[in-house]
Amino acid sequence: MPESTDRRPGDRRPDDTDTGLQRVVSGAALTLTDVTKTYAAQKRPAVDRLSLDIPAGEIVMFVGPSGCGKTTSLKMINRLIEPTSGTITIDGDDIKNHDVNELRRKIGYVIQGGSLFPHMSVADNIGLVPGLLKWDKKRISERADELLDLVGLDPARYRDRFPRELSGGQQQRVGVARGLAADPPVVLMDEPFGAVDPITRQRLQDELLSIQRRLGKTIICVTHDIDEAIKLGDRILILREGAQIAQYDTPETILAAPADAFVEDFVGAGSALKQLNLARVDDIELRQPVTAVLGESGADVRARLDAAGETAVVLLDDRRRPVGWVFRRSLPDGPITAPRGAELLRVDRQATLNDALDTMLASAYGGAIVTGSRDRFRGVVTFEAVTEHIRSTARDATGREPGVAQAEAAARDGGS
Amino acid sequence: MSVSADRAGETGGPAPEEGVDRTATPARVRPKRDWGLLVGLPLFVLATLAGWAIWRQTAGLDEIETRALDWATVRELTWEHIVLTVVSALLVVLVAVPLGVLLTRPGVRRLTGPVVGVANIGQAAPSIGLVVLLAMWLGFGFRTMVVALTVYAVLPVLQNTITGLLGVDRGLLEAARGMGMSKGNILLRVELPLAVPVIMSGVRTALILLVGTATFATFIDAGGLGELIDTGIKLFRYSILISGALLVALLALLIDWVGRVLEAVVRPKGL
Repeated sequence: MPESTDRRPGDRRPDDTDTGLQRVVSGAALTLTDVTKTYAAQKRPAVDRLSLDIPAGEIVMFVGPSGCGKTTSLKMINRLIEPTSGTITIDGDDIKNHDVNELRRKIGYVIQGGSLFPHMSVADNIGLVPGLLKWDKKRISERADELLDLVGLDPARYRDRFPRELSGGQQQRVGVARGLAADPPVVLMDEPFGAVDPITRQRLQDELLSIQRRLGKTIICVTHDIDEAIKLGDRILILREGAQIAQYDTPETILAAPADAFVEDFVGAGSALKQLNLARVDDIELRQPVTAVLGESGADVRARLDAAGETAVVLLDDRRRPVGWVFRRSLPDGPITAPRGAELLRVDRQATLNDALDTMLASAYGGAIVTGSRDRFRGVVTFEAVTEHIRSTARDATGREPGVAQAEAAARDGGS
Repeated sequence: MSVSADRAGETGGPAPEEGVDRTATPARVRPKRDWGLLVGLPLFVLATLAGWAIWRQTAGLDEIETRALDWATVRELTWEHIVLTVVSALLVVLVAVPLGVLLTRPGVRRLTGPVVGVANIGQAAPSIGLVVLLAMWLGFGFRTMVVALTVYAVLPVLQNTITGLLGVDRGLLEAARGMGMSKGNILLRVELPLAVPVIMSGVRTALILLVGTATFATFIDAGGLGELIDTGIKLFRYSILISGALLVALLALLIDWVGRVLEAVVRPKGL
């Protein structure tokens, strides 16, 4: 696997400190040149001379108002829609040089809701493309298990289930696994997380980012949700009608210096708040509260709490995964047992501050538990830390040209 | 905290307990299957048949009745009836399913209307008229009856094959194409399996039509239980007439039951 060291400035994906890996790239570069699609019934082309370079190993988000041609552009890459003219190359190789079915087997395809085949088990759904590529059975089933593990589903439990036995989020996870099954260099996603509830969506997005950190595919993702684009994209392509490029740049630049009024409008009000989508929980300092391991004596823990002057303790299991919060007054005298009832709310270290704020608002303990790889406990993110971060970003922004423009824009929005 | 419960089912990781995983529970309910009907129907048929057999053994029948309701004769007529039904049902499936597949392919789709129209004529024409007309043309006997029955019962299977195939979620088909499945692969591994429940309900309808219509086979010398009814009417022997009608009715119930079992067995798991 080739490793790329050229991290563009402002790359906000910190390397995974748990593995110490460099940024991995297994994706392929994609080039669109003067790609046009005209439908017989329409005068104006749906996609009009779109030219675009997509670097290997990046997530590029296609956004734009409905009917702007973003989905058409995506589907021309795997030839579900044939371009009227223009060329598309993957790693310099024209896609028209290949048999269409063979081409598609080398391009992952993930669709809204997962679009799993209801009559096939989870493993069969994932193993479909490897099967078409004539992998042997053992390899296919091992690959399915590996991918289930990657998307956070226990293979032993989910392998033989049918799609209707899964929740929406789980189906979408399997959909992602299916898209990655044959290890394609390019993965196309068409509104992948559009059909799930906001909290599940947030979690799926975090997982996609963590998968991408490990795999480094070239991912092209269509969405109508600018927040999702800001969160996931290394680059964002904002399209207006006829797939005309309004702006193609990093989220930071698009937020700080929108190219024109259309982009500004599209990115919408409160772009200062949207900056919260750019900062990760990892970027700010976590509070280290008093922790206790299941089975410890309550009296000991109470002593520790008193020493630290705190009122609640975070319970961990034997693998340092958080189990719950316990208030001092609810601590038993004997060994501590797992608290019953509601499941614990927590955020991944890769979650955005926006997501963390959401979670904090739902928590009674004035903070959200942050977990790292294998759900291990890392600390607690607090309101104070987030506000401090916002304040320091604002301080950095003053004096800088885009920042001023932004503040003015925010003032305008506030006034209207 | 309902939010957290959602997530518990969501992570799918080791954290949530089996009981907490409520997101998966409602989906696990199998489609309702009428167990009462599946078990009760054959029992009812057997009981009624036993009742008729006892009557047949104990009732004082005259010579004609005894000859007409001879065990061997009844067995043979029943067998003929079943063969007529099953052979034409197989033919119907062999004709209607490929035709339905063909008519749902792009490019041929506009022929759907005319073809279904022709099939409709087959069913709209009174079955007895169809049988006799075909016999005038093709001659009397088993084969002609099978042809007539096939023409008569093609429509429900054809119609359901088309409906079933057109009813397959377009999104799934696009997913299949996008993953690089060939057209044949998509048909065999996605479209047909997903259309099976609808096709099978058409087959069950066809089977019921066939059992009933096979009664007319006797008019063109093709056997079947219709012979008992015919004899009963001609000779004013109500015992024979009612026996024939009863046996046909029981056979129809039984075939319907077979159709239901088939539907349950053939239905792909996961649907």
